[in-house]
Amino acid sequence: MKCAELLAALNEYVDGTVDPAICEEFEQHMAGCNPCQVVVDNLRQTITLYKGGKPIELPAPFRLRLHAALRQHWKKTHRPKG
Amino acid sequence: MDAFEELTNRYERRVYSLALRLLRHEQDAEDVTQQTFLNALEGLENFRGEASFATWLLRIATHAALKVIRKRKGLDTVSLEEATEETDRYDTIPHPEYIADWRQSPEELVHQREVQRLLEAALARLDDRHRPVFLLRDVEGLSVRETAEALGLSEANTKVRLLRARLQLREELTRTLGNPARRVIRGAHNH
Repeated sequence: MKCAELLAALNEYVDGTVDPAICEEFEQHMAGCNPCQVVVDNLRQTITLYKGGKPIELPAPFRLRLHAALRQHWKKTHRPKG
Repeated sequence: MDAFEELTNRYERRVYSLALRLLRHEQDAEDVTQQTFLNALEGLENFRGEASFATWLLRIATHAALKVIRKRKGLDTVSLEEATEETDRYDTIPHPEYIADWRQSPEELVHQREVQRLLEAALARLDDRHRPVFLLRDVEGLSVRETAEALGLSEANTKVRLLRARLQLREELTRTLGNPARRVIRGAHNH
């Protein structure tokens, strides 16, 4: 496996969905290629950082407006009959 | 309504974050968030439980946000995805340039305000073809298939875009978070 081929299999490798035969070649390549090993580490760290980030808070006035709009919509569509 | 309000409380930040990161415009993100929950409220009976409720909501939000993006680009009739499909090939993916061990672990970095700003800025620099794929797959945790379905892309194309996005973010983050003393020069990286 060459560096370029490793690049093409990178997603599947870091997601753990790579074919076992390719996985073996991939790991053999990394054992002899420090730059590729570091790229794989960097990529995993990048994904971990984004996964671990917190969602953005809604601006408070918008949150109030959103909930009021939902309640109003509910009332309009679920008016008691009779 | 109480149950739906509880669901809104639980998921509103995720929907708003996705919308804001996709659109980079507060008012548009608010509109898309509100539209998403109104559509969900109306279509609740269509929710079949095949995907999780969160995935279903994020799909609605993605469709609404993509509509705004297409409108901005004047692409009302031509699909943004179809128009660019053939350019997404593995052999044109740029090779990593700045390669270095990071100075700290993601666990140490994730709580730093500066790092959060860096993550948002790097995301914002991804283009409109790559940012949605990365956000749905790696930030929101959808599968490749769910990401592809939400964006109207093939799975193959989704994977290539995901790889491009991941590599661009790796490059940008490593330039700031990498340890220059542990940099590996690319010349040695070509066999």
